Amino acid sequence: MLELKNISKQYAGQPLLENISFKVKENETVCLLGASGSGKSTLLKLIAGLEHPDAGSLLFNRVDLAHTPPHLRDFGLVFQDYGLFPHLDIFANVAFGLRMKNKPLPEIKQSVTELLAQVNLTGFENRKVTDLSGGEQQRVALARALAPNPRLLMFDEPLGALDKNLKADLLNELRAILRKTKTPTLYVTHDQEEAFALADRILLLHEGKIIRAGTPEEIWQNPLSSFAAKFFGVGNVIVGRVRAEGKRLKAETDFGTFDLKCGSKHAKAELVNLLMKQTSVAGAEIKLKVEDLLFMKDQFQVKSRGAVFLVKEKPKLGQTIQLRVKVECLHENPEEES
Amino acid sequence: MYLGKRVNRLMVRKRSARLPIPRFGLWLFPLLFLLAFFFYPLSKILRLTFDADVFTAPENLQIAYRVTLFTFYQAGLSTLLTFFLGIPASILFSRFNFFGKPFLRALTAIPFMLPTVVVAAAFNSALSILDLQLAPLTLILLAHVFYNTTIVVRMVGGALASLDPKLEQAARSLGANSLRVWREVTFPLLRPALVAAILLVFLFDFTSFGVILLLGGGKLATLEVEIYLRVLKLPNLPLAAWLALLQLIFTLLISFLYSKINAKITTQTAPRFATARPPQTFREKIFVAAFALLLAAFFIAPLLSLPIRSFARLEADRGDRAEVRVGLTADYYKELFVNRRGSLFYVPPVQAAINSLSIAAATVLFSLTLGFPVALALSRPTRLEKILDPLIMLPLGASAVMLGLGLIVAYGRALASPIFIPIAHTLIALPFVVRALQPAIAAIPERLRQAATVLGASPFRVWQTIDLPILRRAVLTAATFAFTISLGEFGATLLLSRPELPTIPVAIARFLAQPGGLNYGQAMALSTILMALTILCILFIEKDNHA
Repeated sequence: MLELKNISKQYAGQPLLENISFKVKENETVCLLGASGSGKSTLLKLIAGLEHPDAGSLLFNRVDLAHTPPHLRDFGLVFQDYGLFPHLDIFANVAFGLRMKNKPLPEIKQSVTELLAQVNLTGFENRKVTDLSGGEQQRVALARALAPNPRLLMFDEPLGALDKNLKADLLNELRAILRKTKTPTLYVTHDQEEAFALADRILLLHEGKIIRAGTPEEIWQNPLSSFAAKFFGVGNVIVGRVRAEGKRLKAETDFGTFDLKCGSKHAKAELVNLLMKQTSVAGAEIKLKVEDLLFMKDQFQVKSRGAVFLVKEKPKLGQTIQLRVKVECLHENPEEES
Repeated sequence: MYLGKRVNRLMVRKRSARLPIPRFGLWLFPLLFLLAFFFYPLSKILRLTFDADVFTAPENLQIAYRVTLFTFYQAGLSTLLTFFLGIPASILFSRFNFFGKPFLRALTAIPFMLPTVVVAAAFNSALSILDLQLAPLTLILLAHVFYNTTIVVRMVGGALASLDPKLEQAARSLGANSLRVWREVTFPLLRPALVAAILLVFLFDFTSFGVILLLGGGKLATLEVEIYLRVLKLPNLPLAAWLALLQLIFTLLISFLYSKINAKITTQTAPRFATARPPQTFREKIFVAAFALLLAAFFIAPLLSLPIRSFARLEADRGDRAEVRVGLTADYYKELFVNRRGSLFYVPPVQAAINSLSIAAATVLFSLTLGFPVALALSRPTRLEKILDPLIMLPLGASAVMLGLGLIVAYGRALASPIFIPIAHTLIALPFVVRALQPAIAAIPERLRQAATVLGASPFRVWQTIDLPILRRAVLTAATFAFTISLGEFGATLLLSRPELPTIPVAIARFLAQPGGLNYGQAMALSTILMALTILCILFIEKDNHA
């Protein structure tokens, strides 16, 4: 299906995307996750053909798309602020793509009715775009993108402008629709929860590069980099200094000394980034003083020495508590202070 | 309780601080002014036409038919050509960034602010330098395109720039090719702005006076020019009034349509998007380079040839027999200070500049005195203002020549003391002054006045310490508007001015109408001075708006 090979793009002399390569397979939903400004929207526009890459190639079913103009690519695109045509009513908006394919009117009418039913907007045909709420507009945008039966669906932060409850509802509808259509989907968002809810695979984009790819479970288990760990909120990223103790390597940190078990070679006295995850069973025991306390519904968030932990019982401020943690290596190390 | 009463008292004081004078007092003098110098003259014009003989006289009908036809013909053609240049220019400015863009945009905007007399003189000078002969109609059309293109760029280009780029992208991804994107999305969304721009350009071309009079070679007459001819050259005031009525009906109709469409646009205003980018494909690069150069050439040539020609002797000073010394000269400027016997004036031509400046100063004084109270009342509108606002704007619908004609018909030419010229200018400038002041007054946050009031300022002190300092800018801008309008005003002035009291534009027209290189050169010199003055004023307004 869709394949990107070493796509690069500069913007105003600065590299925005560097050597991006990935595939979206049949029936698969891939989420492109990244902070704002990470170049993810640009990547969608490149795939849609609305912008051109400086280098690299784009293939669909092994056919190079470099010379296929956007209107012949047959890719559906859903925007964050919908991009509905304000001069057309809902029917005409949804029918737009079908009209571009010169479908006969009865067929268009039938398709639009079915699609509006699918997004729970039956009877909205003659409404004006401006009369609709944000959620309704986003449903119309989805119906409009689905109508011409595209080979690939792309979403650019489709739920970004909606409030929390509406977001959850639409997310569930979207999951159901994507499962039904079986169209390969590329979904761009900065919200990890959306990504976890929808994605078969997640690509994490950071400073123009894909720094982590995998299923949601894989990424959660092993984020690899401190950026990914922080982005997904997997445990605390702490810094340790390597120390040899006999044959075993240990890392000295603010929270105690831990075994280093990551196979990779570390020099003595080197600084390493470590991921400290709270566990309930096995793991090292640490003691900390409660520096700050935050009520979090059924548990309490404890802050200590820049790290965050969750506890069930409410501790007192200044009290020392005991917790179990697992400490893992991350792939890149902090800069050595001079 | 006690505190509540105190706050209540403060609220009452705040309300009185809003408008320190009763509304009636604000409106009294502006309305009297309009009544005396606009509505009463208008009624006189109408009275003149309430005569079956005037209305149905075959020769009058013939003239009216011929002139109306030509007016529509030239306005239609000018509008078409303006869009021919204006649409690509709109695309250029709204979609692309390129070297020199701000300069080119400013360049295209200057001619609109220049007096029509200067535009006519500039085209004249360009032809003279290039040694070109063009048909009068061609020249008129070019001059119209020259100063109206910026309207298209502003309105259509503005609409194009505020169009959400996602709409076109969505259409493309849904399978529309470039042509269909334009037809199904871009064009329908631009239509209101497009129609509004067409109407406005057409209106300006329809009421064009100076350009037609000066470039038309004495043969081409629009309604506006014919009215002037029937007042001064072939006096027939009833016919002039009848043509004025005809013209008023057309201009009001166009203005009405325009305001209807324009209201639609303002309700659709979307946030602006950064859609402009450097040209990327080869075709885009060719378009940007070629069209930017074409625009630059078309706009620079007349603006530059005017000052050049004012320093260049290309023909004999008097008559054809004298020997021609081609070369640079400052004679044309020197001659402006000389009062020659047998010259066109009884005073040295430089007196025209003094007249113009005094009249402009008087116009500033009048229009600010009348415009400020109106703007103040309009900034806190009640139902009264809804009715009176269009009334203030109405003189905009009447043409300049018609305003002059009305004053003549109402007060007679014997009464045409110099004071009537700034009065006519004030009628024209007033709507602009009000529109420049009103948003500034309305934009002063009420909270500032409340804060001053709570700190103990009386309503008058609030005005003195809050409103006036904040409004200084807007007042200066409004004054400059009035000043610029007065400096360049030609139509009404030509009807009202006495031979020994010409303004700069009137003097330029007279010099241009006379043979000989010296007269021509002096026209160029005066035009250059007027152009420089106007550009200075524009720069002042622009600087003000950007600061």
